[in-house]
Amino acid sequence: MIIYGVALLSVCLVVGMLLGEALGVMLGVEANVGGVGIAMLFLVLVSNSDTFKSLTTGVSGDGIRFWSGMYIPIVVAMAARQNVAAAVEGGFLALTAGIAAVVVSFALVPVLTPQNRQD
Amino acid sequence: MDVIETVFLRNNLVVAFAVVGVVLWLSYVLAEKLTAGRIHGSAIAIAIGLLAAWWGGETTGGSRGVADITFLGGIGLMGGGMLRDFAIVATAFGVHLDELKKAGFAGIFSIITGVVVSFIVGAAVAVLFGYTDPVAITTIGAGAVTYIVGPVTGDAIGASDAVITLSVAAGLVKSILVMIGTPMVASAIGLNNPQSAMVFGGLMGTTSGVAAGLAATDPKLVPYGAMTATFYTGVGCLLAPSILYFAVQAFF
Repeated sequence: MIIYGVALLSVCLVVGMLLGEALGVMLGVEANVGGVGIAMLFLVLVSNSDTFKSLTTGVSGDGIRFWSGMYIPIVVAMAARQNVAAAVEGGFLALTAGIAAVVVSFALVPVLTPQNRQD
Repeated sequence: MDVIETVFLRNNLVVAFAVVGVVLWLSYVLAEKLTAGRIHGSAIAIAIGLLAAWWGGETTGGSRGVADITFLGGIGLMGGGMLRDFAIVATAFGVHLDELKKAGFAGIFSIITGVVVSFIVGAAVAVLFGYTDPVAITTIGAGAVTYIVGPVTGDAIGASDAVITLSVAAGLVKSILVMIGTPMVASAIGLNNPQSAMVFGGLMGTTSGVAAGLAATDPKLVPYGAMTATFYTGVGCLLAPSILYFAVQAFF
C-alpha cells in the first residue's frame, strides 16, 4: 500500500525532528540542530536494510518516490514565497555581505572536497 | 466573482499544485526552446518563483512573497517548511550509505568552516560600512551565516531592530544568490559528485538556497547537499552568539 511508504517517510521525519529539537535544547540553542539531516540518515538506513524491505519496495516504495518527485515543484513554491522584496530593500550593506559570503563559500568547495584518487 | 473566490480560497493548496505545474511546464518549454537545454528547466522555474515573490512582496507589502496574494495562499503551504522538509527527506530514498561515509569527515568539517567563514566575511563587511559596536558586527556577521542565525543571535546579545533587519536581509541575499548562482558556477567548482555536494551543502548552509541551487544543477545531488546543510543553521546558532561573539569583542 502506498500509505505504508508515506507513513515510513513521515515517521523518519518526525523522529529526526524530535532528535534535532532535543539536540538544540541540550546545546542551549534556539534551533533544530540537523533534524532533517538525521531524518534523511534514518531513511537511508531503512531503505538499505532487509528488515523494512516490504515498506520500501513495490507500491509502498512509490509512496516515498512520489514525495521525492514532488521535491522540485515544492522548491519552486518555496522560491515563490521568499521575502525577496525585503532582500532587495536591505540596501547595499546587506547586498555586499550576502554576496561576499556566497562568493567566498563557493570558492572553498573545491578546496574542502576530498580529492578523487582515480585520476 | 464570489463563486470563483470561494472555490479558489477553499482549495488553495490544490490551486497551488495547478499553478506550480503550469509554471514548471512553461519553464521546461522555455529551457528547451530558448536555451536548447543549456539552462535547466527547474532553474528557470525557480527564477520565475523568485520574481513572482518579489512582485508579491512589492504589491502586498507582506513578507511571504506571492503567498500573500489571496488567490495564491496555497503556495505558502506548498512551499512552507513542513512540505519542504518532507520532500527533502524523501530525496534521501535510494542514497547509498557508502557515498555518505566517503565524505563524512569533509562534510562535518565543511559545516564548521562554512559558518565561521561566512560570519567573518559578514562581520568584515559590517566593519567596512563603519560599524564599531561588537553587538552590531556580530549580528550582521551572523546574518551572513543564514537569515535564521542573524535574528537568533541578535536577540540573544541584544541587538537593535534595525541591525536585526539588516542581518535578515543579508541572509536572504545569500539564500537567493545560492539558488541562482549554483548552476552557473557548478562546473567551475567541481560540483558534480556526491562528495562535493556534501561539502557544498556544509559550506553554503542555507537549506532553501542549497535545495533550490542543487535542484537546478543536478537533482541527484540534492540529498547529499541537503544532508549537511540542515546541520548548518543549528551550528550557526550555537557558535555565533557564543564563541564568535566573544572573538568579535576581543577585537572591538
